[in-house]
Amino acid sequence: MTAYFLGRAGRGVIALFVVSVVAFLLLHATPGDPITTMLGPDATPQMADEIRHRLGLDLPLYRQYLAWIGQALRGDLGISIRTGQPVVRLVVGRLPTTVVLAVLATVVSILIGVVLGIVAAANRGRLWDQAATVVAVLGISLPNFFVGILLMILFSVLLRWLPISGPPVDFLRAPGESLRTLLMPTLALGAAYAALVARMTRSSLVDVLSADYIRTAHAKGLGPLTVLVHHALRNAFIPVLTSIAINFAYLLGGTIIIEEIFALPGVGRLLLQGVEQRDYPVIQGIVLLMSVSFVCVNMLADGLFALIDPRIRLVKAKE
Amino acid sequence: MRRLFASPTVTAAFAVMIGLCAVALLAPLLSPRNPLVMDFRAQLSPPSRTFLLGADSFGRDVLSRLVYGARISLGISLASVLSAVVIGVPLGCVAGYIGGLTDEVLMNVADGLLSLPPLIIAVALVGILGPNVQNVVFALTVVYAPRFARLSRATVLSLRDQDFVQAVRALGAGDGRILVRHLVPNAVAPLLVLTTVTFGQALTAESGLSFLGLGAQPPTPTWGSMLSESWKFIQQAPWLPIFPGVTIMLAVLSLNVLGDGVRDAIDPKLRGR
Repeated sequence: MTAYFLGRAGRGVIALFVVSVVAFLLLHATPGDPITTMLGPDATPQMADEIRHRLGLDLPLYRQYLAWIGQALRGDLGISIRTGQPVVRLVVGRLPTTVVLAVLATVVSILIGVVLGIVAAANRGRLWDQAATVVAVLGISLPNFFVGILLMILFSVLLRWLPISGPPVDFLRAPGESLRTLLMPTLALGAAYAALVARMTRSSLVDVLSADYIRTAHAKGLGPLTVLVHHALRNAFIPVLTSIAINFAYLLGGTIIIEEIFALPGVGRLLLQGVEQRDYPVIQGIVLLMSVSFVCVNMLADGLFALIDPRIRLVKAKE
Repeated sequence: MRRLFASPTVTAAFAVMIGLCAVALLAPLLSPRNPLVMDFRAQLSPPSRTFLLGADSFGRDVLSRLVYGARISLGISLASVLSAVVIGVPLGCVAGYIGGLTDEVLMNVADGLLSLPPLIIAVALVGILGPNVQNVVFALTVVYAPRFARLSRATVLSLRDQDFVQAVRALGAGDGRILVRHLVPNAVAPLLVLTTVTFGQALTAESGLSFLGLGAQPPTPTWGSMLSESWKFIQQAPWLPIFPGVTIMLAVLSLNVLGDGVRDAIDPKLRGR
């Protein structure tokens, strides 16, 4: 068991290292010289050299990386060129919106997806199953930004139930009002993941329902509902939970376009602003922080499921 | 092949994709009007006989822009997927065949890249390198190549020590010949499934990037940029975003159905799962 957790943590650390190298190299991928761009056309080459020296940009690449990662580990991701604020503070300020959005979308995807998946698996091969499968494939194929726009056309333009986009409301101060503004973005994000969860639930449940112990349960004379809920769902849920955790990790980094459409002040819009204003430290900081949380969510999920399901840790440790 | 087209849904999906590719190739012949010419009297006009799908906010013909947009949108996503295959598959095969340190290093890099959130890394890369077609292809290749490397490595690894490989080696075949003639062909089927599905994801990603203004630059039409130009006018012309949106959905849907179809045809055990 310890072997499994150590191995998983080791792979996580290596992934974090690769991720940090990519984020570091991003800055060096800029076309032209950032210092010259920063200083403008009036700067002399001597001035540029001096600044380069002061910022350590004349050192070999690996020493620059070490210095940068050292600072990052101490929670310093540099200063935004445009606003003069620390990057960490900017990102942390935007994090609640993105996290609330991702959590709500995950809840929506579970509610819709699990129900759809169970209905499909319980009626395998019949009309309900086919309908659920069609809905799931449609959901997977619809880009979330198009779903967002469709919802906007329906609820804001045709029905006039919801504002197209209002000023963001603090969730803690006015939860009701805040949920109203988050309703459409949540549905738009949740739809695709609901489809994924539905697929996973269905295929996992279909697998379990054909197992011998389910036949035994039926033979004992238990009702179909009892068998489904007490015997099948428990085992079928483990892969579903895994996919939900992975979805959540993807959602954290996948809200950019929805935040843009619905004017929500999350990390995604900060990234877009950074891109627009060529604010490189902000871009770099977001890539690093979001990748680190992506890796960590996946690691936590794997650890959690190894605890729930002994099969995982035994098989993986043997490999 | 016959198994693949046994299902009417899969056949329809295949037909839709062939149709869309034909539209992209034959755009100059098929488009009813010039996609760049603006007619300010026609701004946001609904579908009519002159403008079959209406006109956009600059009075440009929506149908013609969709037709020309197919070139950029399908072209960029196909180019990204193909370059991801061309880079990922050889690296994965070699890593799986040689094993040892090469394998260890390559797969750790692949895992690292796989643990970057795809959309964030694509936006950051294109944002820093500059928004144009080449950089979108580059960013999407970085995002998608690792999964092809992983899949081909897994296939090669599972076959490397099997009897038929031993037999070929005993007959005097070299490593290169074994890899190319005997191992890679066995990976074609699963790779085909992954390529089809990834094509659909690349199309969604390309549309997303150009929706954010990070793809081909205006006035070049792409499906994503048409969507982003039109949704700002949903109060006046709520039908306008439907056309590019449905087109994207139709293409991605066909690719997903095709991917499922290919998988079922290869492995009938999985059917209905």
